Amino acid sequence: MESKLHLNQELIDKARASASRAADDVQGFIDVHTTVTVERAVCRLLGIDGVNDVEVPLPNVVVDHLMDKKVLSGGVAFYIGNAMAEYGLTPQEVAEKVNSGEIDLTKVPVHSIDEIRGAIMPVAEATAERIRGNVAQRNAYFEEYGDKEGPLLYLIVATGNIYEDITQAKAAAKQGADVIAVIRTTGQSLLDYVPYGATTEGFGGTYATQENFRLMRAALDEVGEEQHRYIRLCNYCSGLCMPEIAAMGALERLDVMLNDALYGILFRDINMQRTLVDQYFSRIINAYAGVIINTGEDNYLTTDDAVEAAHTVLASQFLNEQFALKAGLPEEQQGLGHAFEMDPNVENAFLLELAQAQMAREIFPKAPLKYMPPTKFMTGNIFRGHVQDALFNIVTCLTDQRIHLLGMLTEAIHTPFMSDRALSIENAQYIFRTMKDLGSEIEFKKGGIIESRANEVLQKAADLLEEIEKIGVFATLERGIFADIKRPKDGGKGLDGVVEKGDVYFNPFIEIMKGGSK
Amino acid sequence: MSSGLYNMHKSNFDTTLDLTKLRTYGDTMNDGKVQLGFTLPVKNDERGEEAARQLMKKMGFEDINIAYKGSLDKEFTYYVAYGSSIYSVDYTNIHVQTVEAETMTMEEVNDYIREHIGRKIVVVGASTGTDAHTVGIDAVMNRKGFAGHYGLERYEMIDAYNLGSQVPNEEFIQKAVELKADVLLVSQTVTQKDVHIQNLTELIELLEAEELRSKFVVCCGGARITHELAKELGYDAGFGSGKYADDVATFAVTEMVKRGMK
Repeated sequence: MESKLHLNQELIDKARASASRAADDVQGFIDVHTTVTVERAVCRLLGIDGVNDVEVPLPNVVVDHLMDKKVLSGGVAFYIGNAMAEYGLTPQEVAEKVNSGEIDLTKVPVHSIDEIRGAIMPVAEATAERIRGNVAQRNAYFEEYGDKEGPLLYLIVATGNIYEDITQAKAAAKQGADVIAVIRTTGQSLLDYVPYGATTEGFGGTYATQENFRLMRAALDEVGEEQHRYIRLCNYCSGLCMPEIAAMGALERLDVMLNDALYGILFRDINMQRTLVDQYFSRIINAYAGVIINTGEDNYLTTDDAVEAAHTVLASQFLNEQFALKAGLPEEQQGLGHAFEMDPNVENAFLLELAQAQMAREIFPKAPLKYMPPTKFMTGNIFRGHVQDALFNIVTCLTDQRIHLLGMLTEAIHTPFMSDRALSIENAQYIFRTMKDLGSEIEFKKGGIIESRANEVLQKAADLLEEIEKIGVFATLERGIFADIKRPKDGGKGLDGVVEKGDVYFNPFIEIMKGGSK
Repeated sequence: MSSGLYNMHKSNFDTTLDLTKLRTYGDTMNDGKVQLGFTLPVKNDERGEEAARQLMKKMGFEDINIAYKGSLDKEFTYYVAYGSSIYSVDYTNIHVQTVEAETMTMEEVNDYIREHIGRKIVVVGASTGTDAHTVGIDAVMNRKGFAGHYGLERYEMIDAYNLGSQVPNEEFIQKAVELKADVLLVSQTVTQKDVHIQNLTELIELLEAEELRSKFVVCCGGARITHELAKELGYDAGFGSGKYADDVATFAVTEMVKRGMK
C-alpha cells in the first residue's frame, strides 16, 4: 500500500522494536507462571464441564482442590493425567470424584511422566481436533458464501436474556450485521469462575457461558444459511477468566473475541501479573481457533483526552501486536482497536480522526483494525448523535477499517432498541455504498494538517515506547502512562491466583497449539 | 387527517401562550405537536399502520401522521409518527427541587475553602456496586475534567481520591473512613432494571447502620440521576447530565459550612 501520510518507516521500525523488547521482558515472567484460570481452561479443554450441587463449576473444584493442597504449581494436566493413568477414568470422571471427595489428587500414586502424558495427550489431541473441525467449518462457510469485503458491521445485543438476545441478533443479522457481539453482564469480568448453562438474567448484558455461546452460534448459523452469509459471533475474552472464555469460544466456534493484554489491568483493576499470564494462554487458544482478537485501546480515550493521548493508543497497539505475536497470533487475526472519540467542539477534529485512522491502517497493514464509534461525547441528543456516527462511518470508509462497531444514535441513553440498530445500519450502509471508492481517490496534502498530525503522533508513540522499553511494562502501568490510570504491581484483583510453575508442570495445549496447524 | 408536507388547514385553536395550559410546540403556539419513533412486533402492512394509529390515539394524540414505516424483521415494524397531544399541564404550579447554589469557579471554591474551612477537604468518589463505568466519576474527578470544567483533582484545596469502578459499598465506606473523607461522590451509569436505585439505597443504609451518615456530605451523579431522586434516596444532592465538577464542588463546600463541618 502506498503511504498517503508519508510516515517515517524507520520510526515505525524503531517503535516496533522497542515494543518487542518490552514484551520480551514480560514474556520471561509469563513463561514461568501459571494462574488458576489458565489451569481451569486446561480443565475445560480436557472436557471437564458442569457444576456441583452448590453451583461451583467443576474446573473450579479441581483447581481449588490443588490450590488448597498448595500443589497447583504442578499444573492440572499432571495431576489429572496421573489420576487417569491410575484409575483409567476420563478427566470428567476424575473431576467428579474430586468433587465427591473420593479422589485426593495429591494422594494418587505418582506415575511416570510418560504414563501421565500417555493418558492425557490423546484427550488433548481430540480437543484440538474438535477445534480444528470448527475452523474447517468456518472456512467451509466462507468458501460457500464468500467473505464480505470492506468493513464488517459489528452490532451488540445486550438484553440480559440469551433468548431475547437471539431474537435481536437475528433481526440485526437480517438487516445487515456481519458481527454480532453479545455484551456480557456487568460485573462478569470480576467473577473468578464462568457461570454454567443458558441464562436469562443479566444487567446491561448477558452472562458468557458455554451454553449461551452454543445457542447463539446455532441461531446465527441458521440466519446465515438463510441469508447466504456467514455471521460472525463475538464475545469478551477479558477479566479474570480470559483463557477459559477463549477455550469455550474455541469449542463453540466464536469468531471474534475482545482480548487485550492490558485492558483488565487498567479498567477492571485486575492485577497486572495475573492478566499478563492469562492473556498469553488465551491468545494461544484464540490463535489456534482462528479467532480475530479485538484489543481495547479505544477505552483509553474514554478516560483520557483523544487529541492529547492519541500516541498512547498507538503505543499500546504496538505492544498488543507484540504480545499477540509472542502467543503465535498472526497479524491477520489482530483486530487492534482505536476510536472516534474526539470532542466535537475541537476545530478540525474530523481531520485529526482521519489522520489517526489512516495512520493505524498504514502501520498495521494486515491487521483487521477494530474501530469504535463515539461514546464519550454522545449527549442524548439523538439527532446530533446520528450525525456524529455518520462522520465516524465516513472515516471507516476512507481508511478501510475492518471491524466497524456501529455507533448508536441512542448511545448514553439505553441499550439499543431494535429500531436504533436498523437506523444505524442504514446510516452506515448508505455511506459505505455512496463513498465506496472515495478513499482511493483522495491524497492528503503534503505538509498539511492530516499528514503532520499523523507524523507527530507516530513520533510521540516511538518516544513513549522507548521510555517503556527502558522502565518496563510493569512500571509503565504503575506510573499511569496508559489511560491516565495507575496500577500497582501487587495491587488489584486476582494476584492470589498466580503461581510459579513447578518442575513437573506441563500444559498440553500450549504444546499442541503454539504455532500449531490450523 | 394526515397533513402532508405543509399544514394547510386553519388553526382552530387559540394561539396565545397560556402557562396554565402549557402544550408542546411544533411550529405554532398550542399546536401540541410531538414526534415519535416506535416499533410494533407485527408485520409491515396496512393493518400494522392502523394499529400504530390507534395506539397513538389512545396515547392522547390527534391529527396523527404515520410518516414512515419500515420492516426491522418479518414481524417487527418501525414507525416514525407525528401527532398533536391533547394534554396540557399547569406550568405555574410546578415546583422542582434543584441544587440551588450559585456555581463558583475553581478558584472561588479554593478561596471559599481557605476562608471558611481553613484546611484541604477530602473528596472520595467511585462508581459503586457492579457498575463498571467510570465515565461519570472521571468527568467530575479527573484533572482534565470534562467539557472545559476542570476536575476536582486539579483543585488546590481538595484532596480528591477516585476509587474507580465496581467498588462495593462496604469497601467504599471503609476507604472513606480511612481517608477521613468529608465528601462522598457516587456515580451510577448502568440503570437497567433500576439496579442503581438498589445500590444507592444500600449505601445510605450501610452509612446509617454504622452511624456515619452525618459525618459526610454524600452526593450521587449519573445521566439518569435527578436531584429530586437523590433527596428521596437520602442523599444530600444529585447531579444529572449537564452538571460538572464546579457544580459538585460548590454544593459540597457550602453544605459543609452550612453543617458546621470543620
